[in-house]
Amino acid sequence: MKKQILILHPKASCVIRRISTRSSRHYSQPQPRAKSAPEQLVGVVGLEIHAQIQSNTKLFSGSSVRFSAPPNSLVSFFDASLPGTLPVLNRRCVEAAVMTGLALNCTINRKSLFDRKHYFYADLPAGYQITQQRRPIAVDGMLTYSLLGGKKRNQVMRKNVHIKQIQLEQDSGKSLHDDLRSQTLIDLNRAGVGLMELVMEPDMSCGEEAAAAVRELQLILQALGTCQGNMSEGQLRVDANVSVHRPDEPLGIRTEVKNINSVRYLARAIDYEIRRQIDVLQRGGRVQNETRAYDSKTGETVPMRDKEGLQDYRFMPEPNLPPLIVYEDNTSLPTGSDACQAVVVQKIREGLPELPSVKRDRLVQTYGILPEHSFTLVNEDGLVEYFEAVLKATKREPRKVIGWVTNSLLGHLKQHDMSVSQSPVSPPALAELLELQETGHISSSVAKQVFQEMWRSSGKTASQIIHELDLGLVSDMAQLHSICQKVVDSNPDEVHAIRNGNKKVLNKLIGLVQKETKGRADTVLVRTILLEKTS
Amino acid sequence: MLSLTLRELSLALREGSISPIELCRKCLNRIKKTQHLNAYITVTEELALKQAQEAETRLLQGAPKGPLDGIPFAVKDNFCTENIKTTCASRMLKDYIPPYNATVVQKLLDQGAVLMGKTNMDEFAMGSGSTDSAFGPVRNPWSYSASYREQTGVAPDSDWVVSGGSSGGSAAAVASLTSYLALGSDTGGSTRNPAALCGVVALKPTYGLLSRHGLIPLVNSMDVPGILTRTARDAAIVLDILQGQDMRDSTTVPAPSSPTELPEDFDVKNICIGIPKEYHAPGLSEETLAQWSRVADMFERAGARVEQVSLPHTQYSIVCYHVLCQAEVASNMARFDGLEYGHRSKVNTSTEAMYTTTRHEGFNDVVRGRILCGNYFLLKQNYQHYFVKAQKIRRLITDDFKHVFSSGVDVLLTPSTLTDAARYHDFIQEDNRTRSVQEDVFTQPVNMAGLPAVSVPTALSRLGLPIGLQLIGPALQDKKLLSVAQWIEQRVGFPSIRDFEDSSESRNEIGVTKREQTSAV
Repeated sequence: MKKQILILHPKASCVIRRISTRSSRHYSQPQPRAKSAPEQLVGVVGLEIHAQIQSNTKLFSGSSVRFSAPPNSLVSFFDASLPGTLPVLNRRCVEAAVMTGLALNCTINRKSLFDRKHYFYADLPAGYQITQQRRPIAVDGMLTYSLLGGKKRNQVMRKNVHIKQIQLEQDSGKSLHDDLRSQTLIDLNRAGVGLMELVMEPDMSCGEEAAAAVRELQLILQALGTCQGNMSEGQLRVDANVSVHRPDEPLGIRTEVKNINSVRYLARAIDYEIRRQIDVLQRGGRVQNETRAYDSKTGETVPMRDKEGLQDYRFMPEPNLPPLIVYEDNTSLPTGSDACQAVVVQKIREGLPELPSVKRDRLVQTYGILPEHSFTLVNEDGLVEYFEAVLKATKREPRKVIGWVTNSLLGHLKQHDMSVSQSPVSPPALAELLELQETGHISSSVAKQVFQEMWRSSGKTASQIIHELDLGLVSDMAQLHSICQKVVDSNPDEVHAIRNGNKKVLNKLIGLVQKETKGRADTVLVRTILLEKTS
Repeated sequence: MLSLTLRELSLALREGSISPIELCRKCLNRIKKTQHLNAYITVTEELALKQAQEAETRLLQGAPKGPLDGIPFAVKDNFCTENIKTTCASRMLKDYIPPYNATVVQKLLDQGAVLMGKTNMDEFAMGSGSTDSAFGPVRNPWSYSASYREQTGVAPDSDWVVSGGSSGGSAAAVASLTSYLALGSDTGGSTRNPAALCGVVALKPTYGLLSRHGLIPLVNSMDVPGILTRTARDAAIVLDILQGQDMRDSTTVPAPSSPTELPEDFDVKNICIGIPKEYHAPGLSEETLAQWSRVADMFERAGARVEQVSLPHTQYSIVCYHVLCQAEVASNMARFDGLEYGHRSKVNTSTEAMYTTTRHEGFNDVVRGRILCGNYFLLKQNYQHYFVKAQKIRRLITDDFKHVFSSGVDVLLTPSTLTDAARYHDFIQEDNRTRSVQEDVFTQPVNMAGLPAVSVPTALSRLGLPIGLQLIGPALQDKKLLSVAQWIEQRVGFPSIRDFEDSSESRNEIGVTKREQTSAV
């Protein structure tokens, strides 16, 4: 199956399927009200998220899972739906789904079922997708996420979104449309990769909330190691169901917004769509129940040709897979069964890592840092570990260290588009620098200079750099006195002003001394000397 | 040599009194002589001779791979065979060459068994006559027996009887002595039905006992690989080799027992034979009924308890079977779209148009009809009314059997088919669906319940055609069923086709020229 499969270019090549159209809620068209209407239209947002399970092999076959491998190089007989092949469930994928379910406070169904969902599409070789329509592996969960609000955006607001369910299902292959030659190429590498479909209830009201919820989910999945969560690589795919209504009225007719490949675009797409729908209603129009694509270039959503909107998926139980049974603990295993082969919820629960929200609370409590700093730390992969490693190697207060980590280090990393693990300045090296500042060997402005130098010439210690560039504090009192005297002598007007009581001018003289010493003078000392000389 | 049983042959091969190559050649010759039966879609002559050569080397060294080393076998053309065409008797897969072996095929090859070819069938196993094949119908070997011809007095080419189906090619291959065993598949009776009509033994094993990996599915929840042999003892030997859990098929279960030969003398004194009253179905021929009574009496005389029992939901079985069958067919056939493999239409105005014409050209009317019905049953507004309801009835049917077996009945005795084999021209007067309803009436409830069943030939009808009876047992009691089948076999004295062989070669020549489609690797 290594060859590329050539198929005809479908006339409707831009048709993108609806992945799902489920809702138990009642939707209706909000009626435009008289001008006296007291309540404003507000947005309502629900999300359907497909998370690719981080696993060496696919959901039902032994093929490897890898991003950007040569086309059709990771395709087993089953993935290509050769006749007579059968699905064999990958335990790792089940465990990942159970773990994710537990982390999102879901009820894990002891027995779940697989179903076939039928539709004809070139990148779905079997003509159906194996999914969990009737009874998914996890249901009824809750994701707690936080937003920074308030005027200074430093108030942490906690919000909840209900997780309706998590279901295991197969990913499809990819269709690559060659418009020029009017053909479609099919790559089945992705066909059969395990997905967790998470359905978030419409508990959110704007793009920012949805983005924060997805960001939190990303962090949770990454902490669990159940999904790499990269949206641009398609490991996490988010579709938004957006509607508007007046808070005391039934939900409005929704649209589904697709083609969103970053958290930032998610927020923008949703906010655009809410505004658009409000605009439609206010102009007396009706919102159409349709699928729309987000165009990141224009920042708008546009209707997609959605021919299959009315498709009947003809769901049917998957007859080749027995019910999926997970066990609460080892004692509930049936006698004679192999504990290594079974999925045991208790074991997975015990192995759950520290989740982001717990980690943030711990950081705030343990180190006395501000909540917004805890967000910054946790949001960046490896930054918490970096921060804690620096703290281990220095006596400086965490609240003094945090600025270095979240501003200097993170700033440099962002500027160079690097990850924490790629930082040329190691935690012990930064700790040494901070120690030198703490013990009065260098001033804070020199410390920043040294940090930049350490970034540039990786491997050199702070003390090496200070020595080489002669950046140590001027400790010779006579020399310091002489520099101060020189400044006093050459600025008679300022001295006069100080003597007349304008003490603020003293800062200018301190600055001039620092300029002369290249920032190597102890500011407190300089102030004392200057005060003496101008009194 | 050709009419030996597996066990006799295995012994002769080990003793060196028969050479595998010689045996293989004889079978190949016989396949050629019986070409008019149209039992094979593909004859793997070269491969068979190569395998036979290897078997000979092993046997000469006294190191056979197993009891089947050197023994010719045939495989229904819906089991995948690596590098050998696997067509499902359909235009859709007319040139399809799978890259792997079905587990059951691999197990036989691992034993050193010699593959003679792939046998004809109803397209995608949908049928009960082996008349709906893209390669033409299979003819029942007994059509050419002297007994039948004397009785009818008609030229066999204008008046031959169907082999039954859908594994008609496999049954014909075993009956006409071109293979000692054959694999069939059994979804609603597809192995037992042709076995009964062709006078051979068929085992439909317990669901899950044999791997379906590599069996191109009809109805996944009912399909089982079936075993066709000349005796119950032979079927037990093959069962021992094929049974057991397969990592590639999640619905398989471990074998309940280690390989053991059937006991020569099975004592029926303490067993209870159930006669389900609902199986006195309309259309049951007098002769078949007579055989049923005769064997029941035999059991009674031998000291077995013979009781009338009731399986009250039997009458609903066939209609529910069809709903479930067609729903799964609609789903299973979805993959045949012309993209990855199989037939692809030349129409290329759009992908959708290509799908449509590919499927129209590739499938016969029967397959297309079932797909259409199945999709209808699965529509959102119909699902509860048809599919779910049929599943519920399926549960009731399963419970019927459970009740009977838990009330002390060991084995149920029923006819396998309503009558002996129909004449081809009579058979095709009715459509495929009607025929399936008639032909599968006694066999498909067993598939609904996943139970083991055996069809064993008991006598020839007045026309000289075989009549078979069916034994049904509780799940995983396959071996016991075969023991009971053997007990019957030992007492009814069913003749070998050899006894009725036409000595003249002339009609075979006609058969060859009449043959419409031949294909060989």
